[in-house]
Amino acid sequence: MRKVFKLDEIDCAVCAGKLEEAIKKLDGVQDAKINFLTQKLTLEAADEDFDAVLESVVKLTAEVEPDCEILR
Amino acid sequence: MNKKQKKWLKRILLALAIFFTVMALDEFGVLAGIFGEPGALYASFALYLIPYLIAGHDVLLKAWRNIRRGEAFDESFLMAVATIGAFAMIFFPDTEPHMAEGAAVMLFYQVGELFQSYAVGKSRKSIAAMMDIAPDYANIERDGALVQVDPDEVQIGDIIVIKPGERVPIDGIVVDGASQLDTAALTGESVPRRADEGDEVISGCINMTGVLRVRTTKLFGASTVSRILELVENASEKKAHTENFITRFARVYTPIVTFAALGIAVIPPLLGMGAWPDWILRGLTFLVVSCPCALVISVPLSFFGGIGGASKLGILVKGSNYLEALSEVDTVVFDKTGTLTNGTFNVVAIHAEGGVDPDYMLSMAAHAEAFSDHPIAVSIKEAYDGVIEQGRVEQAAEESGHGVAATIDGREVLVGNDKLMAAHDVSWNDCKITGTILHVAIDGSYAGHIVIADVVKDDAEQAISDLHAAGVERCIMLTGDRDEVAHAVAKQLGLDEYHAQLLPGDKVEQVERILETARGNLAFVGDGINDAPVLTRADVGIAMGAMGSDAAIEAADIVLMDDKPSNIARAIRVARKTMRIVHQNIVFAIGVKVLILALAAVGIANMWLAVFGDVGVAVIAILNAMRAMSVKRD
Repeated sequence: MRKVFKLDEIDCAVCAGKLEEAIKKLDGVQDAKINFLTQKLTLEAADEDFDAVLESVVKLTAEVEPDCEILR
Repeated sequence: MNKKQKKWLKRILLALAIFFTVMALDEFGVLAGIFGEPGALYASFALYLIPYLIAGHDVLLKAWRNIRRGEAFDESFLMAVATIGAFAMIFFPDTEPHMAEGAAVMLFYQVGELFQSYAVGKSRKSIAAMMDIAPDYANIERDGALVQVDPDEVQIGDIIVIKPGERVPIDGIVVDGASQLDTAALTGESVPRRADEGDEVISGCINMTGVLRVRTTKLFGASTVSRILELVENASEKKAHTENFITRFARVYTPIVTFAALGIAVIPPLLGMGAWPDWILRGLTFLVVSCPCALVISVPLSFFGGIGGASKLGILVKGSNYLEALSEVDTVVFDKTGTLTNGTFNVVAIHAEGGVDPDYMLSMAAHAEAFSDHPIAVSIKEAYDGVIEQGRVEQAAEESGHGVAATIDGREVLVGNDKLMAAHDVSWNDCKITGTILHVAIDGSYAGHIVIADVVKDDAEQAISDLHAAGVERCIMLTGDRDEVAHAVAKQLGLDEYHAQLLPGDKVEQVERILETARGNLAFVGDGINDAPVLTRADVGIAMGAMGSDAAIEAADIVLMDDKPSNIARAIRVARKTMRIVHQNIVFAIGVKVLILALAAVGIANMWLAVFGDVGVAVIAILNAMRAMSVKRD
């Protein structure tokens, strides 16, 4: 499943790139893309554990970029 | 400014006020008066820490968090090291104190970051406004009343109602009503389009005058407006070479500069070439300029701006890489039919001979072709103003490949080519005009001929001269048409080369041959129908006339929404402007940084200049990048 989320307060392009790399390394994430300009996160994961993966993505984001929030 | 930025600004202003107060107290000897000689130094150290922490505590925190996660070389880390280092200079007893510089660098950095955040927000907003063509709702009739629903809920075949002033939410066919549609958001074309019953309407257009009832032919997600938005948004994912270069550059630049900073701080004093504090300070100055932010933000922003700007003109670019490739085009290859010409046959000349009335001859020809659907027959019927009375036609027989023999008002009428005339022993005259020639004979004697040709588009000639003016060296036309026709069109339009009588398969071969001799990139322009192989073979495939055509949008790298060839030169101009801005930013940012690094190494540049080299350059580069968004129609 592929879903797009709005990222709030992502202010720096380098940070966006780093966050994208970090999310890609998470278990269960098939693909992740962060578009810095449109402030969007595209997350791809298997249907059955999408919610769990999203949960870990949110947790990771809070760690790496505390200012940035994933709007669900 | 948003809430966060306002809070940020207040914090910076407070820190600035305290900073200048401390500076004044220090300068005018107030501190020395109160605390005495060595005491004043420690007092000012403590006092400068206040604005420093107010302005920069979040940067320090972030740096700390990153170190704990094993992430060094991050901007906040570098700023933290540089400023803490400046404060730490106090531990060298024989050096000038640098606390003021440490605090100021942090302040200046934050001012720059805030401005950068503001500029990015601003450009995000203008991008969003540019793409604000998506309709929020659709009107559906339920139990006799109009209800607004989410366009996603509308099924194929539902009837939607579009009132004047509203945007067409979903592609469909008009079942009732008539109106003018403003297509400017899709095509950049300001002349409105008429929509009557039975016409197709494209989502994203604005209904201007009348109420339309439309039967939808697509789901919202598959409608033109959704596809365009998706395409433009995803375009930044296909990265240009330049963008990839910047990413790679950023990856090596920061570590190199950081290690260079370490080297400068440690090696010369170890070799006894000077005092430790001097060299450490130079090393710290290095750290401040080591962030490649100016490039990392401004280059993708320029591409995005260029792609967005082009879409305002009705030019959809599917990726930054295509914009980059388009800017280096020096050869443009056109398909003739449907691209340079209208792709429909029109009567271009009526030559009646032997005293026959031209109108009478045309009327006879139109009646003879009354029952035919052949494109040539259709064009003759279109040229005839009057009504075709089928009752006048007593008999009509097609002579395959030659023409038609008919009896009209009791007179024998022949309409067809040379062979038909020869078969009926009628002598004919040829015509100088190139095109398909239809001879007409009435009662066995020659009445004259009608010339039918595909007409070149109004702006085709302009398109070619614009391309030449834009520095395109060769404009080449490929066609399956006869040599004479191709020659006439090529001469009329001022094309540099043409290749005629090509079979569809030959076009790929021909393009490959041209590719070998082209110095720059080759763009192929077609109507997107049947030319997918050529579109993919060319460096840049451009499809035109794509309003509502899925095939064209699929096959090409760049899509022109309307069918005007003059938009090709416009697209090239937008691409070149974008690349110019990108290159300016790269040269400017790297140039300033390298200059400051060099000056810092020999001890001329101080930390103030270095902060300008970091945030100042980033802000200037962002402002420059935003220019890519503004495009003019001419």
